Amino acid sequence: MPGAPPENIQQTIGDQRLQLAIYSATGRLVSHRAGAVSADALPDYQELRTFANQIKAHTIDNLDYYLEQFEANVVAHGGKVVYCRDGEEVVDFVLNLAKERKARLIVKSKSMTTEEIHFNDRLERHQLEAVETDLGEYILQLAHQRPYHIVAPALHMTRYDVADVFTKSLGVEKETVPENQAKIARMVLREKFLAADIGVSGANFLIADSGAVVLVENEGNARLTTSAPKIHIAVAGIEKLIPRAQDLAVFLNLLGRSATGQPLTVYTSFLSGPRRAGEIDGPDEFYVVLLDNGRTKLLADPEKRQSLYCIRCGACLNHCPVYRKIGGHNYPWVYSGPIGAIITPQFHGVGRDPWLPFASSLCGACAEVCPVKIEIPKLLLKLRAEVVEAKKQEGAGGVERLAFRLWAWVMTHPKVYLLLASLGAKFAPLLPPVGPLRKWTSQRTMPPIAKKSFHKLWTERERP
Amino acid sequence: MADVLERLGCQVDFPKAQTCCGQPAFNSGYPEDARKVARHFLDVFRDAEHVVVPSGSCTSMITHHYEEIFAQDAKRLAEIHKLVSRVWDFSRFLIEVAKVDDVGARFDGIVTYHDSCHALRELNVKEGPRRLLGKVRGLTLREMDAAEECCGFGGTFSIKFPEVSGGMARTKIDSIRKTEAGTVVSIDSSCLMQLQGVIERAGLPIRTMHLAEVLASR
Amino acid sequence: MTAREQILGDIRKALGRAEGQPPLSLAANLNPLVALGAAPLAAPVLRIPKTDRNHYTTLFVQNLEKLAGKAIIVKNSAAVVPALSELLEGKLAVASNAPMLEKCGLTRLAGVQSGFMDRAALRAACSTADLGITSVDYALAETGTFVMLSSPREARLISLLPPVHVAIVPRARILGNLDELLGLIPKPADQTSSMVLITGPSRTADIEQILIRGVHGPGEVYAVIVEEEE
Repeated sequence: MPGAPPENIQQTIGDQRLQLAIYSATGRLVSHRAGAVSADALPDYQELRTFANQIKAHTIDNLDYYLEQFEANVVAHGGKVVYCRDGEEVVDFVLNLAKERKARLIVKSKSMTTEEIHFNDRLERHQLEAVETDLGEYILQLAHQRPYHIVAPALHMTRYDVADVFTKSLGVEKETVPENQAKIARMVLREKFLAADIGVSGANFLIADSGAVVLVENEGNARLTTSAPKIHIAVAGIEKLIPRAQDLAVFLNLLGRSATGQPLTVYTSFLSGPRRAGEIDGPDEFYVVLLDNGRTKLLADPEKRQSLYCIRCGACLNHCPVYRKIGGHNYPWVYSGPIGAIITPQFHGVGRDPWLPFASSLCGACAEVCPVKIEIPKLLLKLRAEVVEAKKQEGAGGVERLAFRLWAWVMTHPKVYLLLASLGAKFAPLLPPVGPLRKWTSQRTMPPIAKKSFHKLWTERERP
Repeated sequence: MADVLERLGCQVDFPKAQTCCGQPAFNSGYPEDARKVARHFLDVFRDAEHVVVPSGSCTSMITHHYEEIFAQDAKRLAEIHKLVSRVWDFSRFLIEVAKVDDVGARFDGIVTYHDSCHALRELNVKEGPRRLLGKVRGLTLREMDAAEECCGFGGTFSIKFPEVSGGMARTKIDSIRKTEAGTVVSIDSSCLMQLQGVIERAGLPIRTMHLAEVLASR
Repeated sequence: MTAREQILGDIRKALGRAEGQPPLSLAANLNPLVALGAAPLAAPVLRIPKTDRNHYTTLFVQNLEKLAGKAIIVKNSAAVVPALSELLEGKLAVASNAPMLEKCGLTRLAGVQSGFMDRAALRAACSTADLGITSVDYALAETGTFVMLSSPREARLISLLPPVHVAIVPRARILGNLDELLGLIPKPADQTSSMVLITGPSRTADIEQILIRGVHGPGEVYAVIVEEEE
């Protein structure tokens, strides 16, 4: 059935090994974060969240202004800015540049934005090799899988899975010790770094007043990607802007802590333009690709606009009981978890995956930990109403719509409500388990219905 | 709940015309149907001195979402603004209005408390129920690790995604079992219905009780 | 229509803004437009620690050690070489062009190459070296961080390619935190194409969330804090 939730959800829930992998990894990230934002570790955490929200709100509300300011400053520092409407335009730009510079090999550091546009696959079709260099992303590239998680892409794989992938793809002997696996990757990728013609990175932040790209990472692969090759291309969504370098203080204090519990990640690079006169190394050419790919569609609604505040820390995934059950690959797009559930329908239309906004118990754990205070449950509700409306336009979903209309009628007619309640008490136990009832009882027993309703008890109590 | 309130000297009224707060429709993408039911709620409860609700989720619907529901209806918006400060979940009413934490209850056994999501995150109800339970004679309160994790009910979510919902409940119950509590207490009946259903299906010797039931025990 | 025109045009249309319209400033707090959703921008938020500067060294060492970095405190520049002699024994190192390293006598040691001005030669030396030796522009006490600005004195790759990074840190260069750094350098891009904050050894937890050090960058990081240096 089109638009139905993937059948793999059941498989994921039934897979003990996978459930353990997801639970222990997200559980660790949850406890690391809790320690890093505790009142002892970061007394003004809540204030920082408010500031971060305000800075993002201001930037997005004036996005065109800051984009132009950013562009002017990149140019002033000798770099170039390339606006792209979609992934195809990005790939065209990179292909042309590669052709002009006779480039053959691209090294890449982790970037969800390039995942979003299937950058590697598209380049591969043009015989241009793009190698992922983040350890997790590299494993996934070899395994031909997409990221399972925004921050920890190979979260679902065990060391044994990694051993199999390496043996199969690299022809190395079976190696199941993670430390040695990392050594293998370091060795293979070090050669790629030194041979690469172009380095492609994402961007965690774009700084308008400096024309700078900020990258945070732990491995050093982003530093190598942006420092070793002669050309650096940063691919960034247009929403990554913040006005001033000084605003970084607020965001860097939140990002690492929310993602992995680190006060600062190991490397934070602040990059602007090609190497300057006298600088010994660094790229000769510096490009920033500003990608729309549907983002401007999210701006029109002042409430839904906040979806673009996301700094991709992954905390909402780690705290989401639904993500922790169904994992990352059952979400229909590269962005999984609660943030995926609100941005996917907005990028692709509510009609494509109508089930997605409903796959939430609305527990609110995501909003509670979001460092930029995106009101995820509120947006889910809004999107649910849009799905219902879209179905109505298509002439679908009539049964449910009728059921709710009937329900509302009963709930506004207390006498009918009482009558139905007393009938329910008598006949409910006799109902055959079909429809919603069967779905309920597939997991749990039916709650016993009281023989006497509270209404009745109350009436008797009033007339002793 | 009525027993406890009356024991404390409150005059309890139960308007018989009451039905529902409208949340099921609101959370399922039917704000229009929810609005109809919300209007009915307002008609029934408009003039109450205090409205005490035995559910965090319903309380939060009224105090946090009615504003949005009546955004285009200036008259009702003004009415709900007036009413909101008088709508309480049971535990907060006891502590903040009746100003008691010991209601003289007795309940023997180990109890663990489940934070229902809307009470915890929208109403900020966390310490109150624990304080009330702490004063019950014979009761040992033992915290579970996952007290703040969702039980998996989520209204129609439980029917639209039964496997996910059931899985969430089982995770929760694993955490409850580790406390060796015989009773799990909450202030939301829907969480209790979900947990009870899964506990029974698994044949576990744990019962679910609303905070009011425990506080009414003697 | 170019992509640039279309994207900026779409944004302005969605936000109801005119071309070239400046954003609301802090003074716009009282502007009625604020109520319509356009949020004003407040002054930058910088949280400068109130810790006594004398504690910065201790704090820096504590935080670096938490990350498995190692710290050595010496009195003056003359004490640096003796403090490192064991570590450098029989090893091949690349030292940056920072005057500080020359002053310490590091560039004159056997096995230490220095004075690179050519990218290719530097790269070749760094890819085979056992250690990279650099100065720092600043260090951050609250996080155990080195702050390095790329310049003719400091290349990017010396702190990156060799498996061990040794940084010479004059005590006076230790600041409280990131916020203090950004207060001091409000626009790093005016000075350099690359400012990097290095907080401990390179690490990953991509396989089963198990911590592994030295995946792409140096797996070992040393700070030599020189008390009497500016």
